[in-house]
Amino acid sequence: MTTPLLEIKNLHVRLEDQPAVEILHGVDLTIMPGEVHSIMGPNGSGKSTLAQVLAGKEDYEITEGSIEFRGEDIAELGPDERANAGLFLAFQYPVEIPGVSAMQFLKAAVNAKREFEGKDELDAAALLKHFRAKAEQINVPYDMLKRNVNEGFSGGEKKRFEIFQMAVLGSVLGVLDETDSGLDIDALRIVSDGVNSMRGDERGFLLITHYQRLLEYIVPDHVHILVGGKIAKSGGKEVAAELEQTGYAPFGVNEAVGAGA
Amino acid sequence: MTTTAEVAALTEERREYKYGWTTDIEQEFAPPGLNDDTVRFISAKKDEPAWMTEWRLKALRHLEKMEPPTWQFLPYGYEQPDLQAISYYAAPKQAPKSLDEVDPALLETYEKLGISLNETKALLGITDASPADAARSREEAELAEFGAKANGDGSEIPTTVEGKPVAVDAVFDSVSVATTFQKQLAEAGVIFCSISEAIREHPELVKKYLGSVVPYADNYYACLNSAVFSDGSFVYVPKNTKCPMELSTYFRINAQNTGQFERTLIIADEGAEVSYLEGCTAPQRDENQLHAAVVELVAEKDAKIKYSTIQNWYPGDENGKGGIFNFVTKRGVCNGDRAHISWTQVETGSAITWKYPSVIMKGDDSKGEFYSVALTTLRQQADTGTKMIHIGKNTTSTIVSKGISAGHGHNTYRGLVEMRKSATDAHNFTQCDSILIGDRCGAHTFPYVDVRNTTATAEHEASTTKIAEDQLFYCTARGISEEDAMSLLVNGFCKEVFSELPMEFAVEANKLLAVSLEGSVG
Repeated sequence: MTTPLLEIKNLHVRLEDQPAVEILHGVDLTIMPGEVHSIMGPNGSGKSTLAQVLAGKEDYEITEGSIEFRGEDIAELGPDERANAGLFLAFQYPVEIPGVSAMQFLKAAVNAKREFEGKDELDAAALLKHFRAKAEQINVPYDMLKRNVNEGFSGGEKKRFEIFQMAVLGSVLGVLDETDSGLDIDALRIVSDGVNSMRGDERGFLLITHYQRLLEYIVPDHVHILVGGKIAKSGGKEVAAELEQTGYAPFGVNEAVGAGA
Repeated sequence: MTTTAEVAALTEERREYKYGWTTDIEQEFAPPGLNDDTVRFISAKKDEPAWMTEWRLKALRHLEKMEPPTWQFLPYGYEQPDLQAISYYAAPKQAPKSLDEVDPALLETYEKLGISLNETKALLGITDASPADAARSREEAELAEFGAKANGDGSEIPTTVEGKPVAVDAVFDSVSVATTFQKQLAEAGVIFCSISEAIREHPELVKKYLGSVVPYADNYYACLNSAVFSDGSFVYVPKNTKCPMELSTYFRINAQNTGQFERTLIIADEGAEVSYLEGCTAPQRDENQLHAAVVELVAEKDAKIKYSTIQNWYPGDENGKGGIFNFVTKRGVCNGDRAHISWTQVETGSAITWKYPSVIMKGDDSKGEFYSVALTTLRQQADTGTKMIHIGKNTTSTIVSKGISAGHGHNTYRGLVEMRKSATDAHNFTQCDSILIGDRCGAHTFPYVDVRNTTATAEHEASTTKIAEDQLFYCTARGISEEDAMSLLVNGFCKEVFSELPMEFAVEANKLLAVSLEGSVG
């Protein structure tokens, strides 16, 4: 039997410094290699929390349930260990790092992963070759690598750079947190093409989005609707299309007064 | 894991100071104490002419009338060094006559510090490259900015810079033990030797310039230095000469109960150009040791001097025990029009640092620059900055100061921008940034601006930030460990200053910061 890429069971999560606030109330989700899943949900449903918890953000506490990544419980692992094991979070709001060039940043990340895998550091020439190949694949201008990480990047550039990083690191699971937010159609297409170019038998994606629009470009195998910290409905890609018609109203959500993201 | 309180708790962890060992070598000392006999002893040891001895004694007379300074910002205070308890001279017993005669224990000491005093070896460094390497060099150059070529691990002086060997003057306690490449430099007309040798061999230059930028009565520790200075470097670059290689001095304190009182004098004659680097380390000891140096730079018309320092004196332990008192006076004068002096410093060591590398811009259109990274962790206290004195017309100065505070360290920027009446259209730009790691450290800024000419302008920008948790998370989410992420962020913060250093030095500076910050995160 194939080991799932990601297996989340009955996941309960609360805020670390406000234990009374539980955000996820028992989430189950299994992603097999090669699958693309989408989690859709209104603002405040816990989508982004799920993404951050998967990546290992410290502000949350898992009170019940488990997260297994390729058969290993990762709840106790730090974000760096998860990343090195092959999990990638594409940030909704990528962070600027003044004074650190994208190249320098990626060199540190690539070599951290290689160290984790017990391999030698890549030399300068090999690194550059690798960066060039991935830049071409994801359609990222090579000059972007000479700029400081996310500094002065447009919204579209930031998201493209996220996907590029995933390609460079060769992560097997990409969790894309509202990667479509703030993108115009052209940027969305470029980002989606990048993601599609990485799809394959081994790799999985979890697309977290509010709107169906992204799913027209990256067609998912499974769609889950997350409402109030629980998965309210799961199905094929048709679920997204239905949602487009009905909105979140059938799930008891009035979007007009929806809570903040 | 990275909440502020936890970070602070973890900054308690002391980093390893890797230069804390001592060299076991037979040395001779002056008896502790500061008096006329001490001064005469040093002067005699160095075979100095009478005028030099007189100058030293004049300084000593003046020192007797002075009080140690008390205006520095020292939250933890300090115990004033007892000048009578210090031995002012310590030297290896066998004085070498030439490079070949240097005691092997000393050569080994410098090898261990990563400094090659072997000219052949340093020269080989440039002929090693194979054609295959050359083919790759374009890509290497692209990566050079993030130091792909380096393989040291902090504060070592590279033997080559941009493919050229670096000439080294090695100062061990009170004496210069070796100066490399003197012959090659002499062919270009450049004098590079110890100050002791210069006093004997080039008295006319020393007489003319010594004390011309920092007079012996300038301040307490400069005055002390003038009386008892032991060794240091002397550089003279003749008219219209570009010094053919980087010059450097490596200062090492070894003996106990001594101080280091070096004196450096660099003169760039009209149209000359020189780049000079200094590095420093000392053994780990429980008592404080005093380092009171004076550096004077003279840039004549159209001359350019670039002076870079990587200071890694022993900083003391986490309780503030031991460490070097680094009380240094560094000043340069742009004597002629269009002269240019640039100071770059990376200060990571010492228990206490008081240091204000300054530029007096006398010549019209002359230029002064100060780029500084100062890091304090453990219980280090640094009060450092610069003075930019604008006298000539159209003079411009730039100050970029980056202070990093971690652990219980306190970092103070103190700077003076002075525009005299004559300084028509003078301009200064100051940028002063501080970063705090943890919540038990401090960053302080004391900028003084004194403008006496209505056409002169001074700009000042300042910021204080904390290492942001979201930046750390972003890095760790890419697989970079927290410690590496921290050093990446701090290096980014210092980029404008590091880019002023010769490339190989920038790489070492990067690593030195990383080593110094070890244990600053969990």
